[in-house]
Amino acid sequence: MSLLELRDVAGGYGPVRVLHDIDLSVEEGQVAVVLGANGAGKTTTLRAISGLLDVVSGDIRFAGTSLVGRPPEAIARLGIAHVPQGRGTFADLTVEDNLRIGAINRRDRDVERDLRHWLEVFPRLGERRDQEAGSMSGGEQQMLALARAMMARPKLLLLDEPSLGLAPLVTRELFDRLAELNREEGLTILVVEQNANLALEIGHWGYVLETGRIAVQGPAAELHDDDAVRKAYLGF
Amino acid sequence: MQLFLSQVINGVGNGVVFATVALALVLIFRTTRVLNFAQGEMALFSAYISWKLTTFDLPVWVAIGISMAIAFVAGAVIERTLIRPMEGHSPLNVVIITLGLFLGLNALVQLIFGTDPQSMPSPFPKGSVSFIADTRVQKVTIGLMVVLLVECAALWLLLNRTTLGLKLRAVASNPDSARLHGIRAGSMLMFGWAISAAIGALAGSLVASERAALDASLMQVVLVYALAAAALGGFDSIWGAVVSGLVVGVADALTIQYVDALDGIEVVLPLGLILVVLVVMPNGLFGKRTVERV
Repeated sequence: MSLLELRDVAGGYGPVRVLHDIDLSVEEGQVAVVLGANGAGKTTTLRAISGLLDVVSGDIRFAGTSLVGRPPEAIARLGIAHVPQGRGTFADLTVEDNLRIGAINRRDRDVERDLRHWLEVFPRLGERRDQEAGSMSGGEQQMLALARAMMARPKLLLLDEPSLGLAPLVTRELFDRLAELNREEGLTILVVEQNANLALEIGHWGYVLETGRIAVQGPAAELHDDDAVRKAYLGF
Repeated sequence: MQLFLSQVINGVGNGVVFATVALALVLIFRTTRVLNFAQGEMALFSAYISWKLTTFDLPVWVAIGISMAIAFVAGAVIERTLIRPMEGHSPLNVVIITLGLFLGLNALVQLIFGTDPQSMPSPFPKGSVSFIADTRVQKVTIGLMVVLLVECAALWLLLNRTTLGLKLRAVASNPDSARLHGIRAGSMLMFGWAISAAIGALAGSLVASERAALDASLMQVVLVYALAAAALGGFDSIWGAVVSGLVVGVADALTIQYVDALDGIEVVLPLGLILVVLVVMPNGLFGKRTVERV
């Protein structure tokens, strides 16, 4: 069974319908990639999953539980970490406080150990532990967002255009990290990207969204190498 | 010199009160980005509750404690019923609501407790102790300072050393992101109003006990001074509110003593201060300039 399943999901902002009958699923332990042009509904899809957007019809199931109608804070507690566009940084709080917010609903005793772990994995964050998070560069803030999401020990990680505003080398490092997390910790990831090339390289399954509908889907490697798909939708 | 010193001490006594009300204003502003113009009148209502309780022979501190507890609940209820429904609308709506609360609560106080001036007993011992250069400090002033320090320390501990405080700061910093981390933003905003109302109740009760008479105009001038302190402190900073409250208090006392031209219209000082701060340094003395990189 899929960890996350969207069936015939329609929704939008007020009277404006952005998503039309989206069918999408993410298998446990895999990386799913959602591609598409600006305004295709990529961000909206993620917002529908994490409860920031009202779903008009259809169903969203996470590990068998329906998410429709639940507020974002309840969905987060089920084990879904959503790194939004803009990275959700708590700009005037320190790096350490940002990371602690990630684990704020955990009751176990391993929070301190995890904090040390992520500060070691991302040494730049370790160096800037007591600095205001807003003072860091875009790449550092993206790493912080990733570490903060991981502090929640999520079952599913939603990432909204993590490469936005990052230098190519930093983007490459970020995607290497994501691949590593998936490979070594079995983390399930749903990533929305404009950078189709990189995303498909680490993904297992890919979807191409066009004006609120799934236009094409298939194994990531096939989409990556399909000339017709690349020319029509991905622009590389 | 002696006159100067005793005026400074007087100013500190008043400044503590301004600082406390400014603290309440800043706390709500930090968590909800709302400037609560009704803060003073909420405190007035609480002051009357404290006074009423003392008329039943309750010890003053117990009366103030109960009044703070009532204010805590009332603050939460106000946020839930009046402020929350305005979420997502123009910020002006909330401003109008707090102004309406200002007028409504003031009228309600007169309706419930009458318009005759009352006298609230002081929770501090009477008398004074000697201080440098032959000046004397009222025990009340010392008591007020101690209350302010305890209050600041408690708030600091709450915000910086508890999980609840971290949640409050998270919601204040980035409400959407906080919700995505499983924090109930609505509950935190309610809690912010509740604490702030309780602090206001403390301030109101102390002002009432310090003044000769308790009537419905008690907090109006205090609110102007507190707004000046909050503006000077940058609206975002707890320490800024406290230090600025004291600065405004001392400046006011010295103006009354030494600037004859402003006799009877001393309230020009805080208003002028607000104007100057907003024009010259909109982030205040202690406010952080928001720098965000994307």
